[in-house]
Amino acid sequence: MAYSNKVIDHYENPRNVGAFDDKEKNVGTGLVGAPACGDVMRLQIKVSEDGRIEDAKFKTFGCGSAIASSSLTTEMLKGMTLDEAQQIKNTSIVEELALPPVKIHCSVLAEDAIKAAIKDYKGKNG
Amino acid sequence: MTQLHKKLIYLDYQSTTPCDPRVVEAMMPCFADIYGNPHSRNHGFGWDAEEAVEKGRQQVADIIGASSKEIIFTSGATEANNLALKGTLDFYGDKKNHIITCTTEHKCVLDTCRILEQKGFKITYLPVQKNGLVDLNKLEEAMTDKTLLVSIMAVHNEIGVIQPLKEIGALCRKKGVFFHTDAAQAVGKIPLDVNEMNIDLMSISGHKLYGPKGIGALYVRRKPRVRVLAQINGGGQERGMRSGTLSPALCAGFGKACEIAQNEMAEENKKLMDLRIRFYDKIMKSLPQVYLNGDLDQRIAGNLNLSFAHVEGEGLMMGIKDLAVSSGSACTSASLEPSYVLKALGVGEDLAHTSLRIGIGRFTTKEEIDYAADNIIKAVNKLREMSPLWEMAQAGIDINSIEWAGH
Repeated sequence: MAYSNKVIDHYENPRNVGAFDDKEKNVGTGLVGAPACGDVMRLQIKVSEDGRIEDAKFKTFGCGSAIASSSLTTEMLKGMTLDEAQQIKNTSIVEELALPPVKIHCSVLAEDAIKAAIKDYKGKNG
Repeated sequence: MTQLHKKLIYLDYQSTTPCDPRVVEAMMPCFADIYGNPHSRNHGFGWDAEEAVEKGRQQVADIIGASSKEIIFTSGATEANNLALKGTLDFYGDKKNHIITCTTEHKCVLDTCRILEQKGFKITYLPVQKNGLVDLNKLEEAMTDKTLLVSIMAVHNEIGVIQPLKEIGALCRKKGVFFHTDAAQAVGKIPLDVNEMNIDLMSISGHKLYGPKGIGALYVRRKPRVRVLAQINGGGQERGMRSGTLSPALCAGFGKACEIAQNEMAEENKKLMDLRIRFYDKIMKSLPQVYLNGDLDQRIAGNLNLSFAHVEGEGLMMGIKDLAVSSGSACTSASLEPSYVLKALGVGEDLAHTSLRIGIGRFTTKEEIDYAADNIIKAVNKLREMSPLWEMAQAGIDINSIEWAGH
């Protein structure tokens, strides 16, 4: 199966790989997927006082499409409000990366990771 | 060949092998000059074609210590496995209706067995030990007076392990049970002798031993006689067990491939073993947490199957895209299930997703092996830096202690 150029670009030059200290109050962490299913995504957002996502980082265990989906997601998130981030749909990741049907679950995982990270942040700052 | 393919290094010799140039040479005359139907008995065109076919048959028989009369040409090992299982049950099934096979067999055996089950026959699927080998005690325990046949593959396509054929054969003979072995990955790779090993039926593939694709054979023992009912009916070729006009080119190429393999096996295995040790040592010295799947010693020289913990197999393959290897990862299969073979060995699903099969063969060079090992090491290190699981493992967190939400 051939990958799209965008998937290859994100795989070879992943954006925002890394970690924030998840004990920090302004950090939200989403850990989704399962090792047994072959993909685990950890997405972290750092939220500014005015409620905008000022930075995002990821680490992903998975195929090229899963890595590319998470890398792209961190780029999309930066500068968004939490409400805007909450609205991100997996279909926009599918479109942007031209994912084939068999890889759509990678984008779903990324959407889940965003929601999990926001939930974690809100839980801390409830 | 496209530019892309020129740059690829082929390390997938269990998937298929290129035709040896000497094989191609042996086939060439059969396309234009020797074009007769090998089954035409009344003229020279037919006789010449028949001679090419029979020479090939003899060469195939020789490499397994059989008589040429015991070799039935088929389209490949898949058809040979189908013929062995269905053909014997069709003949003997009203007296003996039980087959014993094993959970790690190739899909063409397992799928055939499922069909036979639907028809009302009994199949026992033996588990394997952690190293991939069959437990002889369990095999003996599974045998009943209704057991017609044991079907255990000689060498495994994914993990390269060699089953104890001689011991299985002796047990089957003692119990009066036929022994069939799928030897697609074994012929030309390890010495085989159907008499010494008490093998009654053996499936062989042409393209796994540097012969052409589209041909294989079923060895069917004549003394004591094993009866197989044809699954493809027609003109009664191949002693009535498999109708259809043979391809002299394919038979000649298959035969030549067997002859070469027989003559060069010992030397070739030495070379492959050196390359494998070189590769394995390089990887194991440079990377922690790499696990070998399948027994190290009871294994053909040209196979390694390694799990690189915390790095997903398809993701890894993308990082080594100029290496042609295969993976047990779910993402590389149509079903999105990780390898059933690794599961059967008790390899955890998380590790099954991280496996690569590296197949080394006749045309692999030392330079290719070094390049491949270096690139795999580089890619694994890069992906581990990106892997949340690797980070957790480094921090001493047991990933099995986390409650993962399956999806």
